[in-house]
Amino acid sequence: MKKVEAIIKPFKLDEVKESLSSVGSSGLTVTEVKGFGRQKGHTELYRGAEYVVDFLPKVKLEVIVSDDNVAQVVETIEKAAKTGRIGDGKIFVLPIDEVVRIRTGERGDEAI
Amino acid sequence: MKRSHPTTATPFRRALCTALVTPLAVLTAAGAARAQDAPAIDSGDTAWILVSTALVIMMTAPGLALFYGGLVRRTNVLSVLMHCIMSMAAISIVWVVIGYTLAFGPGNAFIGDLSMLGLAGVGVEPGEGETIPPLLFMMFQGTFAIITPALIVGAFAERMKFSAFLIFTVLWSVLIYSPLCHWVWGGGWLGDDGALDFAGGTVVHISSGVSALAAALLIGKRIGYGHEPLPPHNLPFTVAGAAILWVGWFGFNAGSALGANGSAAIAFVTTNTAAAAATLGWVSVEWATRGKPTVLGAASGAVAGLVAITPAAGFVSPMSAIAIGLGGGILCFFGIRIKEAIGADDALDVVGIHGVGGTWGALATGIFADAAIGGTDGLLYGNPGQLWIQTEGVLATMLFCFVGAIILLKFTDVLVGLRVTDEDEMQGLDLSEHSERAYGSID
Repeated sequence: MKKVEAIIKPFKLDEVKESLSSVGSSGLTVTEVKGFGRQKGHTELYRGAEYVVDFLPKVKLEVIVSDDNVAQVVETIEKAAKTGRIGDGKIFVLPIDEVVRIRTGERGDEAI
Repeated sequence: MKRSHPTTATPFRRALCTALVTPLAVLTAAGAARAQDAPAIDSGDTAWILVSTALVIMMTAPGLALFYGGLVRRTNVLSVLMHCIMSMAAISIVWVVIGYTLAFGPGNAFIGDLSMLGLAGVGVEPGEGETIPPLLFMMFQGTFAIITPALIVGAFAERMKFSAFLIFTVLWSVLIYSPLCHWVWGGGWLGDDGALDFAGGTVVHISSGVSALAAALLIGKRIGYGHEPLPPHNLPFTVAGAAILWVGWFGFNAGSALGANGSAAIAFVTTNTAAAAATLGWVSVEWATRGKPTVLGAASGAVAGLVAITPAAGFVSPMSAIAIGLGGGILCFFGIRIKEAIGADDALDVVGIHGVGGTWGALATGIFADAAIGGTDGLLYGNPGQLWIQTEGVLATMLFCFVGAIILLKFTDVLVGLRVTDEDEMQGLDLSEHSERAYGSID
């Protein structure tokens, strides 16, 4: 089992979610996050005073998938979140030791 | 807004009314005729001032509270709302107990006496030349007394101790606002000299603007000012606040005619016109010089225009109101830079908007006033002397309020200290001064 973690542009969230549903992914957790990478901050203007904002708003989504589905899920997110411009984000894949569905007590792939 | 404001319509005003709203003109003329027989309550006048009084109360909270609340950081929004609501509570009491008599008691040229202490003798029967209950006049004036110190809050926002705010606000109201109000409207020397101030350019806006400068200088800059961003946390609040102020200002200015008459109609139109012109003025200059038109610019411009037209509202034509509004919007756009030049952290630009806008408005009244509309002729109508009288009023108000505010702030500092500790300031005043939080802890 793996966790696929993706940092994406906020306006791409709906598209990514729908693409994941269409390939049969059954769950998703999202968090509003801020950060920066190669895309630098932006300028904000309040009463003539300019502020450079370093941390840009992004969305982090987390999906737990069985080993068989990792490649497909990663590819789906990659396609749906891509604009081709700087700041599209990153995808991380991490190992998961165990998954428990609290309601039924199922373990492992069953619980995904 | 003098106590014995004449309610008889001028020929010009009557012609205007006849042309536009004949039934109203008939009512006004009838009201005026009755008033000449014996002082009696005019129900139309009284109804309008009741409404106006409520409108001006609404300007302090939620109007000013939201306008300022949106401009501070998320950890200080409650402290600013608290300042506004507590100004409302504290000054409401101060005014009925002692503020009103110091402003409108006969007294001398500089301050009223204590003859109406605790509203003694302030009843419901109108005096000579009046058409509304004196008690209502007192309350209408009270709403001005409430909002004026609340305007100063913007200068020391995000770092003043609540106890210091409360002491300073009460002292300022009794020792600065009431005497100044007496000078201009209560039978004092500035009004006697012929200074024109329809609804409070000097009394409300220059006084708060200059006192704000004193406060910003004495309390010092916020931690991080000048080297880290201290951006507004909720501009929708600010825009909603500005819109409420715009509506409330109809009570402020058109209510200052003290009757439901032609003068009120003129003040209503000039107020709206100037606010619109100033919004366009500020946004245009901002767009041209900074590259983007901003919604904070539009909201700030509207308030700047409302400030600028305040002293002139019942004395100028709608076309002059366009000039006054445009001037206000553009001058205040540059006015908010003053704080950088003198190194004062006027957090929410009270000096730049109320000080600069109020000064421009007071002087513009001396330029654009037209006796055919109301008051005295100004510079453009062949009376340059009026501009000098207005200048005298501006300078006297600035000197009195600046020196007075410095003394009161120093006194407050000795008593309780003006400023919270650095740790409290960084935590935010909502938690450190009030043990409350506006928003969730994680964000």
